[in-house]
Amino acid sequence: MADLTTEFLGIKSPNPFWLASAPPTDKEYNVRRAFEAGWGGVVWKTLGAEGPPVVNVNGPRYGAIYGADRRLLGLNNIELITDRPLQTNLDEITRVKKDYPDRAIIVSIMVPCEEEAWKDILPRVEATGADGIELNFGCPHGMAERGMGSAVGQVPEYITMVTEWCKKYYSKPVIVKLTPNITDIRKPAQAAFKGNADAVSLINTINSITSVDLDLLAPQPTIDGKGTHGGYCGPAVKPIALNMVAEIARDPETHGKPISAIGGITTWRDAAEFMVMGAGNVQVCTAAMTYGFKIVQEMISGLSQWMDEKGYASTSEFVGAGVPNVTDWQYLNLNYITKARIDQDACIKCGRCYAACEDTSHQAISMSADRVFEVQDDECVACNLCVDVCPVENCITMIELQPGEIDKRTQKVVQPEYANWTTHPNNPAAQAAE
Amino acid sequence: MGNSQTTPGIVAGRLPADRIQENFDDLHPAYAPHEAAVAADRCYFCHDAPCMTACPTSIDIPLFIRQIATGTPEAAARTILNQNILGGMCARVCPTETLCEEVCVREVAEGKPVEIGRLQRYATDTLMDAGKHPFTRAAPTGKSVAVVGAGPAGLSCAHRLAMLGHDVVIYEARPKAGGLNEFGIAAYKAPNGFATAEVEWLLQIGGITIQEGQALGDQITLSGLKESHDAVFLSIGLSGVNALRAEGEDREGVEDAVSFIAELRQTSDLTTLPVGRNVVVIGGGMTAVDAAVQSKLLGAENVTIAYRRGQEAMGASRYEQDLAAQNGVRLMFNVQPVAVHGNGRAVEIELEYTTDTGSGLTGTGETFRLPADQVFKAIGQTLGDTPEGITLEGRKIAVNDTGRTSLDGVWAGGDCASGGDDLTVTAVAEGRDAAMDIHATLVG
Ligand SMILES: Cc1cc2nc3c(=O)[nH]c(=O)nc-3n(C[C@H](O)[C@H](O)[C@H](O)COP(=O)(O)OP(=O)(O)OC[C@H]3O[C@@H](n4cnc5c(N)ncnc54)[C@H](O)[C@@H]3O)c2cc1C
Ligand SMILES: Cc1cc2nc3c(=O)[nH]c(=O)nc-3n(C[C@H](O)[C@H](O)[C@H](O)COP(=O)(O)O)c2cc1C
Ligand code: SF4
Repeated sequence: MADLTTEFLGIKSPNPFWLASAPPTDKEYNVRRAFEAGWGGVVWKTLGAEGPPVVNVNGPRYGAIYGADRRLLGLNNIELITDRPLQTNLDEITRVKKDYPDRAIIVSIMVPCEEEAWKDILPRVEATGADGIELNFGCPHGMAERGMGSAVGQVPEYITMVTEWCKKYYSKPVIVKLTPNITDIRKPAQAAFKGNADAVSLINTINSITSVDLDLLAPQPTIDGKGTHGGYCGPAVKPIALNMVAEIARDPETHGKPISAIGGITTWRDAAEFMVMGAGNVQVCTAAMTYGFKIVQEMISGLSQWMDEKGYASTSEFVGAGVPNVTDWQYLNLNYITKARIDQDACIKCGRCYAACEDTSHQAISMSADRVFEVQDDECVACNLCVDVCPVENCITMIELQPGEIDKRTQKVVQPEYANWTTHPNNPAAQAAE
Repeated sequence: MGNSQTTPGIVAGRLPADRIQENFDDLHPAYAPHEAAVAADRCYFCHDAPCMTACPTSIDIPLFIRQIATGTPEAAARTILNQNILGGMCARVCPTETLCEEVCVREVAEGKPVEIGRLQRYATDTLMDAGKHPFTRAAPTGKSVAVVGAGPAGLSCAHRLAMLGHDVVIYEARPKAGGLNEFGIAAYKAPNGFATAEVEWLLQIGGITIQEGQALGDQITLSGLKESHDAVFLSIGLSGVNALRAEGEDREGVEDAVSFIAELRQTSDLTTLPVGRNVVVIGGGMTAVDAAVQSKLLGAENVTIAYRRGQEAMGASRYEQDLAAQNGVRLMFNVQPVAVHGNGRAVEIELEYTTDTGSGLTGTGETFRLPADQVFKAIGQTLGDTPEGITLEGRKIAVNDTGRTSLDGVWAGGDCASGGDDLTVTAVAEGRDAAMDIHATLVG
């Protein structure tokens, strides 16, 4: 079995699976049980400044999006940071870290945007013996209105400033957690590293209203007839998070910088995908909240099986390995030409490919009186929609045309060399190939 | 050949070869990957799952199903085999309707359980078809353990001991290993030589020698084994058969159901296996159902199961009863045999209605006859000869929770030992647990 031991910012954990700062890491009881279940590390539920803790609503905190069999696809929450006293959390962190020296404990912090506030809390956090801190610049509800959370995360200058304070008053690794509620994720990441952050983690939750109660005419979750936007997370946000991680990983300004990936990670495969896209490790919240701590066992067995199959001896061998394969649209090879092919033996004759192509694409699938569906190469633009809507795996596949073959749609011979939009004759800004 | 379902007497070839072939095909065909994915998706990954508690080997069912759902059936197989090395056979033969699937929350709520058995088969088949054995041996301990009987209990115990670094010699009376997996389970539950293949796959762990044709009480003795080994595990199953206690029991055509099934399991061309035109099976357990259904599948015209108590008392599960009914077997309740009539060979069986008086079962005096050229006794198996110096509890070897017998250094498990149901999966659990205790004793 592959060795999953992962070093992130010099912090060692037995596997790359950490629990994200959220209810699963809210207190000693949870974290101990999480470690017993096998989690490699935790980011403790966000701490606030000394003084009376924040209060949460006393009605429902969550909204949900389901699949047909009530599989949870997306979760939305309006929970705030920890609502327990600071000292209680610090004492618990100290105890747990002492008992689990081989696991990572990162302390998430959110205090007002004033140097004094950070100067006050950081030595106290340092005294716990935890391995590092994570700055919560992401929470999109409740805290932002008070000038914290995503209100900081949306202003790159603030990020740099607070990160610098943290580097000044704290000696261990500083991770900056980013909000996705922003136009260009590269900017806050750059700002964090400008302030000497050791790593960024992303994403926090996405502003959302999951649903509306059509009797009350109010957003859900509904608290006494009213609702508010919350933070979206769970499987549904994974593609958004994956893109943001890849964007930071391939941005020349931040390329190669440590990233802890968060957002919809539910299986070992999600984790592997984020790591291939540049994340040194991953954090999980909704999946643990949906299925319990035990899912980490599947993540561990799955990732190590995949590593064995691929011959990776350690996670560092594939972290970021896919980043060079992420490019901008204009660099994709326009001479790479494929055609859809329907395997008639596998076809169950549902006609979904036909409906999709005939109604909404390129009228490239024919249908006979006895329900035989065939791709017409002279119309197929290789959009892949038929593949995506086909209920049978591998029934429709995309076949690559070889150089020298004729693309029946354009009547042109397929060229062997790579050629992209930047040099395409139709591009008004085309430069001559060098 | 010219024989048909209505040919009188006990003859072979009642059905054409292709029909027989079809009849003895897999009862539950294997899942294709897409089917497995859809079936796995139905699992709720319950906390402290009832299915896991119901499994005698405590397989972590939610975990292995999630491993299938996330595209790693090999990891799922490892989860299964860790707890139950014969997880492949159990996936095929476990009465899941009375074990894991009975308590599945979706069975309780919707009457439609997650198909745990078939998913288990999907996982274990994936690993075994790739020829992989997922376990390796610990450093040698220098200890040697004798296992008597190569059925599920013995094989499970031997594998666990070998894994822990001990050397194991299995002494098996028959010329072939596997126990009832090889000689008893209904043919359509584990077709295509699965039992034999599974034993070969299990032995890949190394450190296990099987000596066939070595019967305890015959070629070998318990005291001899105790001398030549550091511990002994008895897993000799139940080789005795209860008597019918009906007049004419010795007539030709009256047979032991287990022997008939054993012969069936070892016959490669089933068109050569004779079966009666009118078959009556006496009994109410799994063996009765298996003998009846397989007789029908071989082409018997009329097959009746005659059970002396009511339907609710029947040992065979409701699912098994339905299987019998679907195959055209007639189920009769509250009837007991009083005589087998015929001239040297069986021609008719005389049955008497019974009633439960509260203090026991008695005949009502009302009898009737059924044509019967073949009568199978499936009224329970018993321990053969009691090994020297062993204390019994009831009619089985007395053991504690971890399989210790009354004799120091001797453990027992499976059907021959007290406690637990007579099921493959229970035998595997008992073999495994005894192995852990033997290990603790030998190295502790
Ligand atoms: C017809 C039939 C159908 C069944 N169907 C099912 C089913 O569908 N599902 C299910 O879960 N269970 C089923 N069972 C029960 C299941 O087969 C047994 O519970 C299980 O095989 C018990 O395992 P074991 O290892 O204790 O004994 P066995 O499988 O009986 O193995 C005992 C072994 O010991 C050997 N042996 C016996 N005496 C000696 C001796 N003196 N010296 C050396 N070796 C000896 C035997 O040859 C045999 O190989 C069925 C049983 C029968 C009879
Ligand atoms: C109920 C709830 C509370 C959360 N609280 C915090 C928090 O206190 N601090 C923080 O940094 N992130 C918090 N998050 C965000 C998660 O840490 C994580 O970034 C987000 O849920 C995306 O990951 P997921 O899709 O695995 O859930 C919270 C999320 C949820 C669902
Ligand atoms: S999970 Fe349910 S029971 Fe537990 S605190 Fe929330 S609402 Fe209450």
